[in-house]
Amino acid sequence: MAEENATIEKVESLPSGTKRGPLLLTIRNLVINGLVDDTAVPILRGVDLDVHRGEVIGLIGESGAGKSTLGLAGLGIVNEGCIIVDGSITFDGIDLRNCPESVKRHLRGVRVAYVAQSAAASFNPAHKLIDQVVESSEIHKTEPRKRAVERAVTLFGELALPEPARIGERYPHQVSGGQLQRLMTAMAMNCAPDLIIFDEPTTALDVTTQVEVLGAIRKVVQQFGTAAIYISHDLALVSQMAHRIVVLKDGIKVEEAETRQMLASPEHPYTRTLWAVRSLEKSAAVAARPILDIRHINAAYGHVRVLEDVSFAVPRGHTVAVVGESGSGKSTLARVVCGLLRVQQGEVVFDGTRLPPLRKERTRDILRRIQLVYQSADTSMNPSHTVRKLLSRPLRLYFGLKGSAADQRVNELLDMIEMSGAYIDRYPSELSGGQKQRISIARALAANPDLIVCDEVTSALDQVIQEGILKLLMSLQKELSLSYLFITHDLATVKAIADEVAVMHRGRVVRFGEKNAVLSPPFDDYTQLLMSSVPQMDPDWLDGVIQKRTGDGTHA
Amino acid sequence: MILRNLTMVPPLIRTIISRLLLGVLTLAAVSVIIFSTVSMLPGNFATAILGQSATPETVAAFKSRLGLDQPVATRYFKWVGGILHGDLGESLSSSPGAPRFVADIISSRLRNTFLLASVTALIAVPLSIILGVLCALYRGAAFDRVVNGISLTTISIPEFLVAYILLISVAVRMRWLPTLSNVKDGMDVAEWAYRITLPVLVLTIGIVAHMMRMTRSAIIGVLSSPYIHMAKCKGASQARIILRHALPNAWAPIANVVAVNLAYLVVGVVVVETVFVYPGIGQTMVDAVRTRDLPLVQACALIFASAYILLNLVADIIAISTNPKLLHPR
Repeated sequence: MAEENATIEKVESLPSGTKRGPLLLTIRNLVINGLVDDTAVPILRGVDLDVHRGEVIGLIGESGAGKSTLGLAGLGIVNEGCIIVDGSITFDGIDLRNCPESVKRHLRGVRVAYVAQSAAASFNPAHKLIDQVVESSEIHKTEPRKRAVERAVTLFGELALPEPARIGERYPHQVSGGQLQRLMTAMAMNCAPDLIIFDEPTTALDVTTQVEVLGAIRKVVQQFGTAAIYISHDLALVSQMAHRIVVLKDGIKVEEAETRQMLASPEHPYTRTLWAVRSLEKSAAVAARPILDIRHINAAYGHVRVLEDVSFAVPRGHTVAVVGESGSGKSTLARVVCGLLRVQQGEVVFDGTRLPPLRKERTRDILRRIQLVYQSADTSMNPSHTVRKLLSRPLRLYFGLKGSAADQRVNELLDMIEMSGAYIDRYPSELSGGQKQRISIARALAANPDLIVCDEVTSALDQVIQEGILKLLMSLQKELSLSYLFITHDLATVKAIADEVAVMHRGRVVRFGEKNAVLSPPFDDYTQLLMSSVPQMDPDWLDGVIQKRTGDGTHA
Repeated sequence: MILRNLTMVPPLIRTIISRLLLGVLTLAAVSVIIFSTVSMLPGNFATAILGQSATPETVAAFKSRLGLDQPVATRYFKWVGGILHGDLGESLSSSPGAPRFVADIISSRLRNTFLLASVTALIAVPLSIILGVLCALYRGAAFDRVVNGISLTTISIPEFLVAYILLISVAVRMRWLPTLSNVKDGMDVAEWAYRITLPVLVLTIGIVAHMMRMTRSAIIGVLSSPYIHMAKCKGASQARIILRHALPNAWAPIANVVAVNLAYLVVGVVVVETVFVYPGIGQTMVDAVRTRDLPLVQACALIFASAYILLNLVADIIAISTNPKLLHPR
């Protein structure tokens, strides 16, 4: 990508050595074990970490690397079922490992604050936002409520929240996810702490919202000179926020460097794999007859119109990616294609014949030929069924396969998804996130489908595992001439897998065409916004985007 | 039509109104079930009253006087029509010239039952919620284990056994409390309280365990939510986490189990009433079944059903009104 060259130039022109404040948090040789069925599983295996005043540390690694555990250790909190085995945590001269709970409690919220991944779940649904935002000052009696509220309102303004004076009177379910994430930042900032731990604060947001939240967070962190640990699995994101980046893998620090240096010359081979998905790109496919033709569809939930005059076709053997932010109608489209939602107008033509609108009106053969893979493999598999049972159900339903014939086919399917027969008697809870998603794909393959609708199948996975799944989907496509309707909000994934792209915005397809045509200029406004919102491996990317948007006067 | 106009009403009120309507519907369905089952009860009131040797003519005359010779449907609608006018009908034990009205028989008994239930509820509900909160607070500690052990024990022992154990120990051996709880109208309050202490105690022991355990597990269920973790990260104390962050989100299941237990106080007290000879509605119903006094049985059953429906309705309304999503729509 072109950005990488730009990055290298910028690093060369970077003034050497950033000024560091005095040491604030020191973690030495921290070893934390988790207990699984009474056996100790190491989560952190001797990690050192220094955070200076006013410094932002990026903490990056795949899921299970121990990022969140390390972040929480900065608050002196260990999750239930985990124990600190060795090492020390010192915050501003206080030994967080050995001091009494009451001392630690009085640090939390006042001097060290925490911003969690899912803002929607981290606000108590029973209380007004303002009561929760000023709760730390109420608990620790740092200042009268009136002053705390005034300060919160100022922060709301700084964070570009609408109606700063009144938004606090609402309840969590009455504001959007992006707003909640900013409110949570305000909640963390309210007592002007020395250190804030951001634990994947934008993972649950879509790209366009993410830019706003990132900008807001960075602005206030810089303004108040707060030190921060910014946890993420996305290197591009971290590089916008952090002065220094620490890479964790399996509970061990594999690399630590200044942001620009790390981007320019990552030393450890593992760090380089964090680029994985971004370097994946599919070459153009040849034209083909459509397997799925969506014609002028309108759909609604009750009186709320969700899809408006949506039309495009999925050529046989191709992947059509549907991109857009949450609420743009992507998943509704998938529901229509799968016959889970009745269209108000328009029709879906599958392999030359018009599809009956609802599932129960379709023949079993049609049902077999269109399969769906969900975002969350966790919730779409029955936790009390083994892999064997999960995969042999469609075999029995569609082909009447039983006993050893079914077993043989299950083994074939497991081979296809690059897992072995060793997994046949495992339960979903005994599989990793990536393996579960592979099993969901195998379950779809079991039906010998022509079209697989993939609804955000890689969104919940980290970069390295995403790459594996995407590669698998592509090789399966080649082997079995499958067609995919691939729903995603991630443009890197689109680049990796799509032949054609449909950009959706507020229920309409604003752009449809061959991938390279859609993803290169000239753009329409919305595609432009979406493209520019994808974090780049360039520490100046966020500055550029924010500058441009405020300069243009366009609002994201 | 009503429902369409309701879209203008705030969702909380709308939900309450729809629940009320549903409650009325349920009650109507229950009345049909009660009436048809009671009509199918084996045995014959006429022969029960008049004796086996009554001639068919006497039986027929008796039946026609009480309207028992009419078709079931007619009798049902007459019955329901009466209830809607506040008339529960005449007891079959009425004799010519000396009518005994079901409403009269029931009213004082029902008042006794409600009094016993209210006193028990006033003690048991706060007690079990406080115990449940404390157990959640000191989860796994000695206090929690002891309270849990005791509550498991009381759940496992049948109520009549608890009643007899207390009767023998507290009333017979130690003579602290009376063995009989035969309260009467016009009794002064101190005497009345003294008499009902033992039944209240037995009932409290019976229901506290359920409610306390549900309170505990509802709170503990909420404790794994991310917002509880967040409160911890803000430095909130354990007590604050439980009282301010967990309890407000746990009211719905607690209200449900409280409702079921309170309903039990009205409809399930027959054992305790019998042991302590307390003149409540449970005994009345048992007597009515024995004498095949159908109008009385039906009235009791209907009261029991109403108590269940009403208390569950209240629980639903509590559950809804503690749900901020319904209370404060977008």
